[in-house]
Amino acid sequence: MTQVETVATLADAARQVVGGQISGDAVYLGGGTVLMRDVNAGEGPARLVRTMDPALREVRISGDRIRLGAGVTMAQVLAEADLAFLHPVARQIGGPQVRAMGTVGGNIFAPHPYGDFAVALLALGAQVTLAGGSSGPGRALDDILRDRERSPTLISAIELSRPQAGAFGFLKVSRVKPKGVSVMSIAVHTPQSAGRIQGARVAWGAMGPAPTRSVAVERALEGGTLDTAAIERAAQVATEGLNPPTDAIATSWYRKEVAGVHLKRLLTSMGGR
Amino acid sequence: MNDMSNMPASKGILGLQNPQIEFRKDLFADERDENLNEIGKPVRRQDIEGHVTGRSPFYDDHLFEGLLHMRYVRSPHHHARIRRIDTSAAQGMPGVVRIITSDDVPANMNTLLSLLDFGLDDEPVLSDKKVAYVGEPVVAVVALTEAQARAAVKAVQVDYEVLPHVLDPEEALKPGAPTVCDVYPGNAFVYHGKYNHQKLRYGDVETALKSADHVIETRHQMSPIEQAPMETCGAIAAPEQNGRYVCYSGTQGLFFSLGTAAKVLNMPSSRLHFIGGTVGGGFGGKVDSIHEPLAILGTVLTGKPCKSQWDREEEMQVGAPRGAERWYITDGVMNDGRIVARKFTGYFDAGAYTRLTSYAVIKCVGHLPGPYTIPNVSADVYCVYTNRTPATAMRGFGVTGVDFSIEAHMDQIADTLGMNPIDLRILNAYRDGDMKAHRRTAKNCAFIECCQVVAEKAGVTIKPESKAASSMKDGGGERGQLPAFTATDENGRVEGFEGWSYAKKGGGSATTGSVPSTTTPTPASLPQTPQPIPQPASPAPVTPAPQAPTPQVQSPSPAPTASSPKRRPPTRFSSISGFRRR
Amino acid sequence: MAKKPVSFTHNGVETAAFADPGQNLLEFLRRGVGDLTPKYGCGQGTCGACTVTVDGEPHLSCLTLAESVEGRSVGTVAGLANGATLDPLQEAFMDHFAAQCGYCTPGMLVAARVLLDANPNPSLDEVIEAISGNLCRCTGYEPIIEAIMAVANGSYGSAGRAAL
Repeated sequence: MTQVETVATLADAARQVVGGQISGDAVYLGGGTVLMRDVNAGEGPARLVRTMDPALREVRISGDRIRLGAGVTMAQVLAEADLAFLHPVARQIGGPQVRAMGTVGGNIFAPHPYGDFAVALLALGAQVTLAGGSSGPGRALDDILRDRERSPTLISAIELSRPQAGAFGFLKVSRVKPKGVSVMSIAVHTPQSAGRIQGARVAWGAMGPAPTRSVAVERALEGGTLDTAAIERAAQVATEGLNPPTDAIATSWYRKEVAGVHLKRLLTSMGGR
Repeated sequence: MNDMSNMPASKGILGLQNPQIEFRKDLFADERDENLNEIGKPVRRQDIEGHVTGRSPFYDDHLFEGLLHMRYVRSPHHHARIRRIDTSAAQGMPGVVRIITSDDVPANMNTLLSLLDFGLDDEPVLSDKKVAYVGEPVVAVVALTEAQARAAVKAVQVDYEVLPHVLDPEEALKPGAPTVCDVYPGNAFVYHGKYNHQKLRYGDVETALKSADHVIETRHQMSPIEQAPMETCGAIAAPEQNGRYVCYSGTQGLFFSLGTAAKVLNMPSSRLHFIGGTVGGGFGGKVDSIHEPLAILGTVLTGKPCKSQWDREEEMQVGAPRGAERWYITDGVMNDGRIVARKFTGYFDAGAYTRLTSYAVIKCVGHLPGPYTIPNVSADVYCVYTNRTPATAMRGFGVTGVDFSIEAHMDQIADTLGMNPIDLRILNAYRDGDMKAHRRTAKNCAFIECCQVVAEKAGVTIKPESKAASSMKDGGGERGQLPAFTATDENGRVEGFEGWSYAKKGGGSATTGSVPSTTTPTPASLPQTPQPIPQPASPAPVTPAPQAPTPQVQSPSPAPTASSPKRRPPTRFSSISGFRRR
Repeated sequence: MAKKPVSFTHNGVETAAFADPGQNLLEFLRRGVGDLTPKYGCGQGTCGACTVTVDGEPHLSCLTLAESVEGRSVGTVAGLANGATLDPLQEAFMDHFAAQCGYCTPGMLVAARVLLDANPNPSLDEVIEAISGNLCRCTGYEPIIEAIMAVANGSYGSAGRAAL
């Protein structure tokens, strides 16, 4: 039977789940939208650790620098006018109920096919602060996502910079609208310097075991603009390095077939801005 | 023409021009009394206030002190022999009150249609010999909480010997295929004790095909379809007073469930108090009485209220879907579009057990060849066993699958002939007075009018003859006559089955000293002689006397029937499934 | 296994009951508190039949830990009516055939009430989004959307909650 422990702060929780490593039987409970399913099915961990630490729900915006507590919900993101660039993402996570419960931190560890918010954060080059960790530069979200199975961590906050106007785009492909699980999701960040794309980042959701970047597409866009030729080149290499899964939503074949089409649509809509 | 005066003044939220319901009162206007009090009026449903206040009493909306929860150990294999069941580890687990195996079930057979003498018992309540589909229940665990029951289920050890399985109906019918259901070797339900399929024979299809200008064949296939009601299946049973048990159920067939529970528990139905009728969506998926007998048995064995309920995963995977169907239709068609012959071969995938599929086939064949007058029709329709989830009813069950195939086939004909598909249908549509392939006269036909309205709505121009056609004209006469000759055959003949008697499955399941083999399944109020058939209000043109059953040869059968009393078939059912001679 | 006492406000009334460890709010409300109006449809957060409000926000009670509502306020469909006076949404649902089997209805009504409390004059898209977390297998959704729009458009007086 699942035992529940409520502790005062996230640092206390980190001690319970042992500094960076889930100690076998204790798992951190955030919004519950993923973990409670397992608990209901009798597949939950022996111990759930949760905290009411108010720091987790803080949204701090300072100019272009944004800090989101790991417990910030999608609904909170949608309530912040200053986070308008993230609204197209948060709005497509689950339905109203899931958005009131699901957290930014939880989305980073949500298994396939979930995790669309993490896809956006990955494209935006977000950094992550670990619970109980020292101050200083956080870890790149890339590392956290890549290692999340092998060595899951407990995060306390996510930091990112506001993108230039029109430089960030997001597309979620699902069969049921407005709320439906991803066939795939795509996030593109194309910051510009002197009229040229510099530091392009492109991330895919539901196209692998975790949200993942597309080096091939980034290379195709880097140094240019979002003109027709560049978009065409990007679409050509859309699935390079990707091995999308087959699941109840779509087959690997289908995902590979349509990935380039959807990427092209997203880039075209961004190019027109 | 469209009377919308009584409808709410709404165009629908999408701004569509059409209201939710359109009455074509111009059609068959003199056949109806239009002074309707309820139909077409915006009258509130009598139960809707309960729905909007949350007070409608679904089966789970009843509180019981000390309610126990049942969960099941289920087969992970498509097909396997059960070597050993070891519940010892589960017995001692926290909260476990009782573990139930097949030995605990007084009459371990849950085959609904056997209550109507249609088919043999084939499905255990809890399996002990083998499992034939993923999810088949083997052991029931009763515990204080659902979580404890789930944990204990995991601790039950079942030793399986995996067997080869078959998941396709045509593969299942091939010689050498794994035997899914031991009662029916060859993986096909036996109709009338004689054939491995249901036959329809009307006229001479093979001869007619030879003289047709075109022979057009199609093949259509569907997957099983899950009803997916919002409320999952389940039942709660509790002791009442005076040796009675109350059972709250989400079943769509309260009397089915009552009869099944009485049979499985070897208990007179007077000891059972069934309460239901508030169903959170059924769509046909809540007609198999899976939960009630086990919930009541749990209560009998523990003395406490007991809930048996599927979670969502079980509802989707273990709960019976609409069975998949595969249809081969071959038509002989003349150049002018007249269909002169239609041949069906159909396969209903029953999954691992019969449930209602045997009846679905009967219903289906009564429907063929669709709303068309075709002078030569034959059908071979199989109820096939595969190692898939057992199928059951759903919306228009037995009929919607073949109807899709028929209409897609008609479009194929239209395409081949270069003919308007609606004109084609009106040309071949049945009319009042025509003889139908199951040898009853068509009346109250309305297919032509439906086609005309469809053409109007879809903006499709049809020929003047089609516009002028009517279901009430040009039928009967020669079209109303039976064919002079009907070709019959003995294909698919099966030996070793009796036509009508109720037989139990052989073997050691019914052991707990309760069911003598001569016991009839329900209290002895069943008549021993056929009752006269109640006459319908508007009698059919020909009403034959009830057919006395022909004496059956006592051939060796899978179940020991020597000591079972010979029972006359229930005459009501025989009128549907029998082969009537006219 | 020790049960946890949970004190909270239930449809405006201060209440307390005991939760099993790891018990979800749906089971706690139904069996612990005796409010049978939220329903079990999936236990996985996909169907919305268990929708309740927690501090005014819509939540899936099947995915909410029961003890997490300690000190908070929980609302179910049982709290929509004001004594014998039904919420205008309830009246509209009845008039528009917005329920057939009735199983999704409690969740739908809670979701609709959350919408109208925050936004008394929603657009069609906003109504559709508001119930996008609630599945219905009977009505095809259109009657439900029509009923909510009818309340939003003033056909039932104010779009606010039932007055005495």
